[in-house]
Amino acid sequence: MDEALFERVVDRLTHQLLEHHDFSNSDLVGLQPRGYWLAKIIQKRLQELLPGQSINCGALDTTFHRDDFRRREKPISPSSTHMPFLVEKRHVILVDDVLFTGRTIRAGLDALLAHGRPESVKLLVLVDRRFQRELPIEPQYIGKTIDSIDYQYVQVNKNASNETCQVILLNEKPE
Amino acid sequence: MNKLSVRHLTGIRGLLQNDVELIFQAAKEFKEVINRPIKKVPSLRDITIANLFFENSTRTRLSFELAEKRLSADVVNFSAGSSSVKKGETLVDTVNNILAMKVDLVVMRHPHPGAPEFLSKKVDTIVVNAGDGTHEHPTQALLDAFSLQERLGDLSNKNIAIVGDIRHSRVAISNILCLKLLGANIRVCGPKTLIPKYIDAMGVEVSHDLDETLAWCDVANMLRIQLERQDEGAVPYFPSLREYANAFGLNRERLDRLDHPITIMHPGPINRGVEITSDVADSEHAIILDQVENGVAVRMAVLYLLAANT
Repeated sequence: MDEALFERVVDRLTHQLLEHHDFSNSDLVGLQPRGYWLAKIIQKRLQELLPGQSINCGALDTTFHRDDFRRREKPISPSSTHMPFLVEKRHVILVDDVLFTGRTIRAGLDALLAHGRPESVKLLVLVDRRFQRELPIEPQYIGKTIDSIDYQYVQVNKNASNETCQVILLNEKPE
Repeated sequence: MNKLSVRHLTGIRGLLQNDVELIFQAAKEFKEVINRPIKKVPSLRDITIANLFFENSTRTRLSFELAEKRLSADVVNFSAGSSSVKKGETLVDTVNNILAMKVDLVVMRHPHPGAPEFLSKKVDTIVVNAGDGTHEHPTQALLDAFSLQERLGDLSNKNIAIVGDIRHSRVAISNILCLKLLGANIRVCGPKTLIPKYIDAMGVEVSHDLDETLAWCDVANMLRIQLERQDEGAVPYFPSLREYANAFGLNRERLDRLDHPITIMHPGPINRGVEITSDVADSEHAIILDQVENGVAVRMAVLYLLAANT
């Protein structure tokens, strides 16, 4: 996925969200680090299309809710959680860059509950690696679906301006 | 994130600067967690922690227990007063018995210096020192440095004074080691009788004049006079509490004489009117309650990072 395609995908996702959500009772929540980055981009576009309406965008870190703590070599470094609002009775759109096994999203759902009981949660991802799921988690809004095998790695490269990115499928995980 | 370079936290000695930074990075995130409406994360839900307190403690014990519970660990408590220690059981036996009940991590306070170090070599578990006699109190030093960094930013070349009973203070030793790791300049100040003879070997300055020290420092950490560690009947270390308060107590008058504001710390419990007067302890320069709040976050970070190595 190159930068031009990324622009079009984000535009489409933004309009899909507008079609299905009333942003007076819906919030964006991005999973740290890159889900939050994507959520910020979508928030900006929504803001342009809905002038005068304020759209909440929170950052959620899943590190302390992961199920692989003590099962990997090194602990994962935590990013910051910044949730300036409660999600109690709100519709939440969880945003992440790549959906792979579904375990990060599971941890994200868990982490989200610490900030209230949302009315509903939908999932938006930039890339869906559809045949690799280990948990019954499905996204509602998908940037691009790719078929990959488990040792492959999807790299999301942000460009210098932090506004857009490239997505590449690699044949092995980089060091 | 990298791992800690140590398996146990028996003291600040042995930690690297990287370790301290790693702990602070995690502590910052845990501080956010404990300020949420739901102050709990499930990270340590499959871990059991024993708090072994062979010496009295309120703050440290509560702080550790809260940290453990907010990480969802299972907690068992033990205090020497009501245990078989009185029946003559040795430390290693006591701990091995507790470990046989499948405990993963031990938090220990002990009146004898070096007890946690000894234990970490004798039994197969992770040991966290919650204060050993007059030796070290690593989590206190970490939370002090963390609170200071929050207030002042980078601590390198900041002037920090530690005032009071240095001789009996594990907080002083751990603080000196920790703040030196972070690049601060340290001066200890107190009556001659309460400053160990070779303290300058730790690379600190020594002063017996509080006013001059206050003029020099950015931060004053006021330690408590540990009356319980002074042998009864022996020659006292200073003539009277009143005389001590006059010479080494921090009061409003002394602060007003300074040309710059200083940050005031105290590890608690405070003897109001001895090392610090009430109006100073409650002033906006004091970060005493921040220290307590950060204590839980820093202890969560320590337990989280050590448990990752099990």
